[in-house]
Amino acid sequence: MSQAPLQMHAASDGYLLQVVGVGKVFRNAGQVIEALRPINMDVKAGEFICLLGPSGCGKSTLLNIIAGLETSSSGEVLSNGHAISGPGSDRVMLFQDAALFPWLDVQHNIAFGLRQAGCPAAKRDAITKQMISLVNLTGFERNYTYQLSGGMRQRVAIARALAINPSILLMDEPFAALDALTRDRMHIELESIWSATNKTILFVTHNVREAVALGDRVFVFSARPGRILQEFRITLPRPRMLEDHALVDCTSEIMAVLRQDER
Amino acid sequence: MTTQEVSQPPPTLQSEPRPDVVHWSNATWARQVGFYLALFMLWEGVALSGIWPEYLFPTPIDVFLALLSGIRKGLFIQGALVSLSRIAIGYGISLFVGLPLGLILGRSRLLHDTVGSLVVGLQTLPSVCWLPLVVLWFGLNDQAIIAVVVLGALFSITIGVETGVRNTPPIYIHAAQTLGARHFALYYQVILPAALPTVLGGLKQGWAFAWRSLMAGELLYFTLSLGNLLQTGRDLNDAALVMAVMAMIIVIGTSVDRLVFHPLERHVRQRWGLDQ
Repeated sequence: MSQAPLQMHAASDGYLLQVVGVGKVFRNAGQVIEALRPINMDVKAGEFICLLGPSGCGKSTLLNIIAGLETSSSGEVLSNGHAISGPGSDRVMLFQDAALFPWLDVQHNIAFGLRQAGCPAAKRDAITKQMISLVNLTGFERNYTYQLSGGMRQRVAIARALAINPSILLMDEPFAALDALTRDRMHIELESIWSATNKTILFVTHNVREAVALGDRVFVFSARPGRILQEFRITLPRPRMLEDHALVDCTSEIMAVLRQDER
Repeated sequence: MTTQEVSQPPPTLQSEPRPDVVHWSNATWARQVGFYLALFMLWEGVALSGIWPEYLFPTPIDVFLALLSGIRKGLFIQGALVSLSRIAIGYGISLFVGLPLGLILGRSRLLHDTVGSLVVGLQTLPSVCWLPLVVLWFGLNDQAIIAVVVLGALFSITIGVETGVRNTPPIYIHAAQTLGARHFALYYQVILPAALPTVLGGLKQGWAFAWRSLMAGELLYFTLSLGNLLQTGRDLNDAALVMAVMAMIIVIGTSVDRLVFHPLERHVRQRWGLDQ
């Protein structure tokens, strides 16, 4: 919250987020593992970007680096034209395991980031209430994590992230642990939250249909060492239907690219 | 789309105990009652057989009467209050020192390797072994006994906190960092609560050690207390009194465990989702 408000057109060429030559090399007991070959990526404000690839392709590592939770071995990440140097409230990460704090109830989980930012109690309560209704959890304010279903946990995590009003949501396979029906429902909800809030979303997944259903652009990653194989721009109208022929065609086109890489 | 999920009433905090658990605890209770009845009957039989003189091997009824008369005369209650106030002070000091110490040891590699190794070493020393040294330093008085209690509880508490902190799931720390938690707030709002289930284990073990240390210390000290009443019984050649005091010590020790630590642990385990 302490960051300056959006100054998008300063030195960022109109891009909200720029990934410039970001690579990652792990050194482990004398062994050098190249996890991520230097990546370039420019993201405009309000875009929904999907990072798609097989497990271990470094897409989560890239997301962690953008979140400031991991350091890169080379290159830099620019947010609003400024190089990032750690976690910042302009970018919030969401995890596969919703990572709610079990010692806090729903409303205190959602208020956590506001509290860190020193937001006064009255304003905190107002924002929390608004977020709870945004994710359809009114009535569950005082429930604890263990009393919530997987889908509800992810909705709390989304509300918790949105509460501090970041410009970018970084989502690391947030729906991978949910059953198929709940996941489809979460897609629709996320899409409507995204269009209502104008957030920029970077969404990591290994599910092609998920990427095609959600993304404006889909970056397809290769297996380790991770690099971008191809970028797809998906212009299908929203809300998207998974049964839509155009969407199915798109899916199979991306599948072909992934299969090519396997060989 | 979510109407179905939302329309469910929020589950209450006191969720109903699982039926299999209830069944199990009923059976346990019946077994325990049966076992103790049989034990007391066997004891009564051996005592009445006259193999040992009555003042050395009293019947359970003698012990029960000694317990009643000790309580009625106020000796046992007064002694118990003295012992409990000592352990409260000693345990309080252990908490006050052990919590921050464990937190620091859990987060600093350097301190873990140095001070941490010392703490683990001292933990293996039964705290009653401190008594001679402590008596030399403080004299044989309340301070010495409280010091032994502190030394009994401190290392268990420290190690419990350290282990909990060291094993804090990194995902909580990452989630907190991405939401803007820094430095001190990260410690007391995330790392310490995340470590609570392990910390509680340390607190519980610390309490058990403190209670033991206290009794050992009080045996040597001459003012009225539970430990001292054991000594009185010996001096009076009154085994019934000794056994009655032993029963008091067991009951108090078990009660604190059952009434304080057990519910606390259950509550935390449930809320932290560790019981699923």
